[in-house]
Amino acid sequence: MAITLLVATVVVFLVLEILPGDPASFMLGMEAQEDTLSALRAQMGLDQPALVRYFKWVLGLLSGDLGISYTYDVPVSELIIERIFVSLPLAILAIVLSTVIAIPLGVIAASRHNKSSDLIIMGFSQLGIAIPNFWFAMLLTIVFAVMLRWLPAGGFAGWDAGFFPALTSLLLPTVSLALPQSAILARVTRSAVLEVIQEDYIRTARAKGVSRGSALWNHALRNAMIPVVTIMGLQFSFLLAGTIIIENVFYLPGIGRLIFQAISQRDLIVVKDLVILLSAAVIIINFIVDVLYAVIDPRLRGSGHA
Amino acid sequence: MPNRFQEVFQEGLQHRNFIIGGTITSAFFLIALMSYVWTPHSIEDINIAVKFAKPSGDFWLGTDHFGRDIFSMLVVGARNSVIVAFVAIGIGAGLGVPLGLVAAAQRGWTDELIMRVNDFTFAFPALISAIMITAILGPGAVNSIIAIGIFNIPVFARIARGSALGIWEREFILAAKSAGKGQVRISLEHILPNILSILIVQATIQFALGILAEAGLSYLGLGTQPPAPSWGKMLKEAQTLIHMAPQLAIYPGLAIAMTVLGLNLFGDGLRDILDPKLRRSR
Amino acid sequence: MSLLEIENLSVSLPTPKGMLELISNVSFSMEAGARLGIVGESGCGKSLTALAMMGLLPDKAAARGAIRLNGENLLELDEKMMRSIRGNRIAMIFQEPMSALNPVKTIGSQISEGLKIHLGLNKTDAENKTKKLLDSVGLPLNRFPLNLHPHQLSGGQRQRVLIAIAVACEPDILIADEPTTALDVTVQEIILELINEITENSGMGLIMISHDLGVIAQTTEKVLVMYAGNAVESGSTEDVFQHMAHPYTHGLFAAMPKSGTRNYEARQRLYSIPGQVPEAHARPKGCNFAGRCFKATAECAVEEPVLKPLNGKHKVSCFHPLTEGNPQ
Ligand SMILES: Nc1ncnc2c1ncn2[C@@H]1O[C@H](COP(=O)(O)OP(=O)(O)O)[C@@H](O)[C@H]1O
Ligand SMILES: [Mg+2]
Repeated sequence: MAITLLVATVVVFLVLEILPGDPASFMLGMEAQEDTLSALRAQMGLDQPALVRYFKWVLGLLSGDLGISYTYDVPVSELIIERIFVSLPLAILAIVLSTVIAIPLGVIAASRHNKSSDLIIMGFSQLGIAIPNFWFAMLLTIVFAVMLRWLPAGGFAGWDAGFFPALTSLLLPTVSLALPQSAILARVTRSAVLEVIQEDYIRTARAKGVSRGSALWNHALRNAMIPVVTIMGLQFSFLLAGTIIIENVFYLPGIGRLIFQAISQRDLIVVKDLVILLSAAVIIINFIVDVLYAVIDPRLRGSGHA
Repeated sequence: MPNRFQEVFQEGLQHRNFIIGGTITSAFFLIALMSYVWTPHSIEDINIAVKFAKPSGDFWLGTDHFGRDIFSMLVVGARNSVIVAFVAIGIGAGLGVPLGLVAAAQRGWTDELIMRVNDFTFAFPALISAIMITAILGPGAVNSIIAIGIFNIPVFARIARGSALGIWEREFILAAKSAGKGQVRISLEHILPNILSILIVQATIQFALGILAEAGLSYLGLGTQPPAPSWGKMLKEAQTLIHMAPQLAIYPGLAIAMTVLGLNLFGDGLRDILDPKLRRSR
Repeated sequence: MSLLEIENLSVSLPTPKGMLELISNVSFSMEAGARLGIVGESGCGKSLTALAMMGLLPDKAAARGAIRLNGENLLELDEKMMRSIRGNRIAMIFQEPMSALNPVKTIGSQISEGLKIHLGLNKTDAENKTKKLLDSVGLPLNRFPLNLHPHQLSGGQRQRVLIAIAVACEPDILIADEPTTALDVTVQEIILELINEITENSGMGLIMISHDLGVIAQTTEKVLVMYAGNAVESGSTEDVFQHMAHPYTHGLFAAMPKSGTRNYEARQRLYSIPGQVPEAHARPKGCNFAGRCFKATAECAVEEPVLKPLNGKHKVSCFHPLTEGNPQ
């Protein structure tokens, strides 16, 4: 885990600090004044050798000192903390909502294999996979903000404005992230369940007098969760990518919008830190997935008997 | 005999996927090709006088805020999507398949190394690498192709390796080995033809993902740059006009969804036909 | 009225070759506490017969005839009624102990599940009963706590757990489908003894399914020989073993390694029935076994033999039985 993250820092550093040649003139563009350039060079410590800069950066990351944003002129850590309270709730809500929708649908489709409800659910899932989330977001905006005027078309009320107003501004973004995700997840759940219900132990359960439904939910589902959790882990990186787009659709002041703005303004200091932050998030999720495997499947817990 | 009927019915369903998907996909390619020789209007025709026109015999899907013909823009946008997704698959398969074949042929530490690097690239969100690349190279169609192509490499490497490993165990490989053929020749002459159908199916899936990714990048302004039209960019422009002309947001999104749906159905059907073993397990 | 009466049971299943009748007109009956064996080569329909009794045939299967438990035709019961019988009045042990237990659930919860469903026991009572059950199948609590998972047990131990699951609610009939086939030779004997002991002690009826005549001899009083979906011979185990009447039964015996033929060469010379079981879609007219039978005549290829009494309770479906039966 730590090693992957370390490799990520090297890659990011190479791409963003070495590749552009002189990062300062890259950030400021052609028409930069010589004195602003040298001021930025000094701030970024560009007079030092690359190796020293790299270690300073990594040590800074470890101690929480992420440098000062050039465009915002505030510590990057402050920018991140401010925005993570938008992005993290959004990501969590989206994961929860997509799971809550996808797993029951997948199980129902599997239990009615090849019957009409299965075909309908799988049809919707095909649609969900084909629809880009930002277009879905725009459709939701048209219906609920433009036509019905029930919800805001964008912007974030801020948590200071109260729990519910803030939650309301996250509603459409959450749904537009979650539904396309759940289309894929429902598919995976269905095929995992279909596979598991062929297993001998399902027949053993039925032979005890367990009902079809109970065999499905109590015996099959947990075994089927292993491939489902794997896909959920993989989906997380798609979800991060999704938040970048969706935050831009709804003008939400989150990490995704920050990274997008930092790129437009060529603020490499912020970009560098954010890419590492997102990689760390992906790596942490992979770790959580491994932990979940062990929770689901006792065979992966080590410690044997007899 | 209701069961026999059901089987025939299901068989038909699977072919239906292939037929519907194939029709949509070929229509998409034909339209993209057609855009080189003919579009109803030139997409550079800016005519404010007819802005936000309703669909009519002249402007089949109406016009946008500059009075440009939406249908023509969609048609040229299709061409753009095809090129980006196609070249990105070229990059992904061109580098990924050889890597996968080498990993499967060599096994041992070469395999280990290739697959580790692979996992790392894969875990890295595609959009994030795309963002890094565009941050340095600047936004543009070529750079979004590179970004999507890089994302495709581990996908092809993984699937090539996985299916090649199975083929290496087969008897005719033993025969080829004892005929004195080297790993490279066996990989090219025996392994590759045998995993081709799986690779083709994967390519249709990556094609669909590539179209989605391109749309996302140009929506963010990181992909195709004006004045070249792209579906993602049309959506971006529609977004700023969402209160005034919500209809502008409908067509490009529909175009993306239809195309991706068609490609996915086509891929599913193709898999059923090329690899009947997989049919039941879906 | 017997405890269990199977009458003209036929089972058809959808296969890639269409709907096929895999079991045809099988009849037998069994008294409370009796011990019946079903024997035959693999693929002759033993497991399907058992699954039909459990009401666990594949979804699209069609079963005709009657399976009467205390006079009640199980084939006519709805799923809810059938559920109250499964695991409660008829229980079953399957062939593959390695895959027949749910890997993510503890053995305790898998055993107590049936107790909760059928006996309505609460958590503590179910737990206590589970502990007793584990002990009775030879898994003492000090070494085998309830929270073990299946992967922590050996094949033989898992089969013991499966036996505990099956006998938990003291069913009237225990069906054991090749319970030792997948086990090491060394534990096979022990598991059979355990099944014998448990069923005898509690007066449970036993249906032992096996391709192995040795297993049948060790555990049963009556036996039914099946071939290609038909019952071809039945009677007391003693009669059938001593005076086998069907050429197929004879073949099964000839193919069985005799005790004493331990060495490799002797086994190599072992007799095997020529030819193969005709597949369900290619069953001939007349007697299914005719193509492989050394006694077959023209008549056998035309007319289908039915199971008829040979002598008292010993029945055979053959035009040319090898014996007149036990002359008593
Ligand atoms: N689910 C099924 N679908 C189709 N054919 C089956 C199925 N189960 C069993 N069969 C067929 O039915 C026949 C009898 O099977 P089975 O009862 O398992 O035999 P046995 O237990 O005597 O070895 C075999 O020819 C087998 O191929
Ligand atoms: Mg069997």
